Amino acid sequence: MVNFAGWDMPVEYSSVLEEHRRVRQAVGLFDVSHMGKIEIRGPGAVDLVQNVTCNDAFRLSVGQIQYSALTYPEGTFVDDVTVHRLAEDHFLLVVNAANTDKDYQWISQENKFSARVENRSSAYAQFALQGPLAQAVLQKLAEWDLSQMKYYRFVRTGVKGLPTLVSRTGYTGEDGFEIYLEPAAAEALWMTLLEVGRSDEILPVGLGARNTLRLEAKMALYGNDIDHTTTVLEADLGWIVKFDKGSFIGRDALWKQQREGPARRLVGFEMVERGIAREHYPVTLGGSVVGEVTSGSYAPSLGKNIGLTYLPVKWNAVGTEFFVTIRNKPVKARVVPTPFYKRRKT
Amino acid sequence: MYPEDLLYSEEHEWISIQDHTGTIGITDYAQSELGDVVFVELPHVGDKLQAKEPFGSVESVKAVSEVYSPVSGEIVEVNDKLADKPEMINDDPYGNGWMVKVRLSDPAELEELFSAQEYEEYLAAKPEE
Repeated sequence: MVNFAGWDMPVEYSSVLEEHRRVRQAVGLFDVSHMGKIEIRGPGAVDLVQNVTCNDAFRLSVGQIQYSALTYPEGTFVDDVTVHRLAEDHFLLVVNAANTDKDYQWISQENKFSARVENRSSAYAQFALQGPLAQAVLQKLAEWDLSQMKYYRFVRTGVKGLPTLVSRTGYTGEDGFEIYLEPAAAEALWMTLLEVGRSDEILPVGLGARNTLRLEAKMALYGNDIDHTTTVLEADLGWIVKFDKGSFIGRDALWKQQREGPARRLVGFEMVERGIAREHYPVTLGGSVVGEVTSGSYAPSLGKNIGLTYLPVKWNAVGTEFFVTIRNKPVKARVVPTPFYKRRKT
Repeated sequence: MYPEDLLYSEEHEWISIQDHTGTIGITDYAQSELGDVVFVELPHVGDKLQAKEPFGSVESVKAVSEVYSPVSGEIVEVNDKLADKPEMINDDPYGNGWMVKVRLSDPAELEELFSAQEYEEYLAAKPEE
């Protein structure tokens, strides 16, 4: 067990590699109750969400979810978040556990719209059921016809008779769902999901495989790949920045960077020579240090050692070779296309 | 779990002695603490080892761990198969998961190592992480 933002969480239940494979080939169950939940409601809710996030909340219909970011005036990350539109004037933001208090204070401080902002983290338990067999397993318990549910949508539905919110989202690069419910009922549902998933070889999955799965899918991790020093554009997340939606915090800085082009950008790489790149290992190019590894690991689905780093844009084309310093030795790496892993759509 | 015919170090390596050559690997306890081993870095034949100094590293998905030599000496053989099959360290830590063979330069160093029973007592006294 490790301490993760105040939560005791297992790195692995059985084996990182086996848990990883199970999610890619069958189904895995994650307890992600640590994720923070901030609710924003009232007539000013949409204007507040629109002002503090860079994606366009006006385009979000009730029942829809959006990946977005809370941004500082500099265009850097307060946090990356998913925004759920629960009702016309009611939003749920799911945020990184370690950032929950900071995000809540930031949103409250910027609340010039008389919206009601609440930290509702302790009101929800949250599970993620991920993998090609996730739908089949969850359908054994869910009242809603999950085959009718699109990606990044949610419904309120009974799951084994319990009131839940089920979304088609995840952090693994696989198809899957996230289930939100009241904490008192969580343990029983966890056991039930493992029980009904047994014939599909379900496994509980810990933080270790959660990291390798998200890295293969090139999903950013706050605190590693993105933080208050990196802009949304540098993080290669320009698709969540909607300049045409009007003003929002960080717009001016991001617009300037968009016009001039960011000086660096987050890229994926694989090791050419033997070695595993890990976070904070120095990255050198042309003999000088140009940055550090932000995430790095052995990638179980690829059988390669991969990572992410910010490289100056003039040297970040696919195929560019550079060096990662591993225990004082330069080890060759190469920029590759991302995501590293993409699931086959059925 | 801890074969009687091996000697053990505080850093969780084992060594078996035949004539003046020692075979070195990591213990079952070490491999299980590390988890799935995905990468092994070893020295070359001819390299000199110093007792209690690191000679290589073992990496799992989640962590890097240095491997310390229980004795001083010169490398005479390296288990090259670990490069492609690092999981042998998990599956068979005292057999196919061996790492290096060393010609001892100071056999008296062996007296400082644990017997199987002493190593088990050492582990039992270790506080839980």
